[in-house]
Amino acid sequence: MNFFLTIVLDGLIQASWLFIVALGLTLVFGVLKILNIAHGSFYALGAYIAATAVTTVAAHSLAPSVGFIAMLISVALIGSTVGLLLERGLLKMFYGRDEVVLLLVTYAVFLILEDLTKLIWGVNPIYATQPYELFGNLEFAGLSYVGYDLVLLPVSAAIGFLVWFGLNRTITGKIVLAVIHNEEMSVSMGVRVNRVYAVAFAFGVLLASLAGALTAPKISMQPGLSSDVIILSFAIVVIGGLGSVEGAAVGAILVGLARAASVHLLPQAELFMIYLIMAGVLMFRPEGLFKRETARRI
Amino acid sequence: MKQGLHPVVMIMLVAAAVLFGRLLPTWTLSLATIAASNALIALGIVILARTGNVSFGQGLFYAAGGYGVALIANAWGITDALVQMLIGAICAGLLGLVIGPLLARYTGIFFGMLTLALSMVLYGALVKTTALGGSDGFNIGRPTLFGMNFTDTREADFMLYAVSVVTTGLAGVSATILFRSELGLASLAVRENNLRVEYLGISSSRVITINFAIAALFAGASGAFALMAQRHIDPQFAYWTTSGEFVFVAVLAGYQSVAAVFVASLALELVRSFSNLYLPNTWQLVLGVFLLGVILFLPRGIGSLWIRQRRKGVEAASVRPVRVQTEPVQ
Repeated sequence: MNFFLTIVLDGLIQASWLFIVALGLTLVFGVLKILNIAHGSFYALGAYIAATAVTTVAAHSLAPSVGFIAMLISVALIGSTVGLLLERGLLKMFYGRDEVVLLLVTYAVFLILEDLTKLIWGVNPIYATQPYELFGNLEFAGLSYVGYDLVLLPVSAAIGFLVWFGLNRTITGKIVLAVIHNEEMSVSMGVRVNRVYAVAFAFGVLLASLAGALTAPKISMQPGLSSDVIILSFAIVVIGGLGSVEGAAVGAILVGLARAASVHLLPQAELFMIYLIMAGVLMFRPEGLFKRETARRI
Repeated sequence: MKQGLHPVVMIMLVAAAVLFGRLLPTWTLSLATIAASNALIALGIVILARTGNVSFGQGLFYAAGGYGVALIANAWGITDALVQMLIGAICAGLLGLVIGPLLARYTGIFFGMLTLALSMVLYGALVKTTALGGSDGFNIGRPTLFGMNFTDTREADFMLYAVSVVTTGLAGVSATILFRSELGLASLAVRENNLRVEYLGISSSRVITINFAIAALFAGASGAFALMAQRHIDPQFAYWTTSGEFVFVAVLAGYQSVAAVFVASLALELVRSFSNLYLPNTWQLVLGVFLLGVILFLPRGIGSLWIRQRRKGVEAASVRPVRVQTEPVQ
């Protein structure tokens, strides 16, 4: 029973940060119809920036909580700026081209960012462990957990709720939904689709880098981080249905649980399990779990 | 469709390319071998792309071919380059025939994602398989040809160069014939509208499956060449960035010319080796900028440099609906 609980808790902790990454990916796809390969790079970027912020604060011998806050603020600022600049400066030039072309544009961005992070932060592993002890250790059903991990659960749930609320219960969100459903119609109704695109992309990048920052204290930052994360988040959004917030949540939980279960039961099959689930879901629902059926062009 | 080069002319071009290899310095020889082998796999992607589906997981067949050859060659003591190439092609082609029908239901992004997923499954499995060397992979011996052993490195390199150029050249010739065949034209029709193709009594999933298997066949042969050139194989063959590079070559080439695939593959290898030489830590950055430049300034790929208006009639039929302007009129 305890063993089972360990798997579930580990899985949920995994799911919490994966959900934040996947949420950004699925929103960007929903609004801009771009499957962003560089999304993992933004995650890595956030993690690296967080590490710099945390170590700088620690070097001035300030409290870890200051480091935690500094890391969130710096990542939020840099992440959204990078997103805005990329959308306005680069992606804008390729709108109207084939989906696959846009995918390749983001692949090029991925390649560029991969080397840029190596140039800035080097190839050796970087750590930012100070905030990890911030919330102490918690006992839960006889199991000892690092408080930081458990704090991630409500944080991620809150982010998910805010995005859902923002999309479904505010005017801005309704406009974004309108663009997701029918861009041409939105333009003719006077929606500034350009602005929605820019904000949505920046928000997607912000979510990815925020997830990177939140996980930075748990992991070691090194090259290859981005390509591992993008592979996981692709699986999540495809399972859930591209462009669906609920889908990202369910997909993240499924992938998190699958990862945790295979780590505990069958470590060889980790990646295999995740893609097995994805293939299984696509067999029965080719559009993912939460995608509405769309009319076929004849 | 307008006629391009006649197949006989193409075969002569291939022969000329092989003879030209005698003049090349040794370092360009191995570079050209890799370029030819990458062109082969990119050609497969182009063939498949004519049905409207882009595979982001050709690494699956690349690795399947490579590992298939390495295992069978090691077990049976086969060292002949041609036989190894055929084994690679058959291994991957069979795999393609099994997977093809399953994937033929999906289109666009989902097709790409599923192929990527399958290649990552193989990658994940290979990394954890200690019997196959895990993430380090393993080595194989030097290839021979028709019982000849090549002790001189330059001769061995030239032999591999010749075999890969001839194979890729013949693949290019057969691709041109395929493009002009009934199946090739049906593929274009599937890209335009698979439902209408079904109404006309052609099974679009059959068309996709055949193209998919051909692409897999080419990818397997390409994997065998990469294995013979490096005499080493590791799970990186199946990693998604490897597949990404092949799609890169295909996009660089554009989807209208077979010759462009070779030029694009050679261009990529040159950019890679020069940036490796002068900018050793930033070659991915150079690659990324190069890719963006091509997409921006040569939207139809390198091939559009010399095939400008020849296929105007065909293009007009395949123009996609223009996306709306995204700024509202004030």
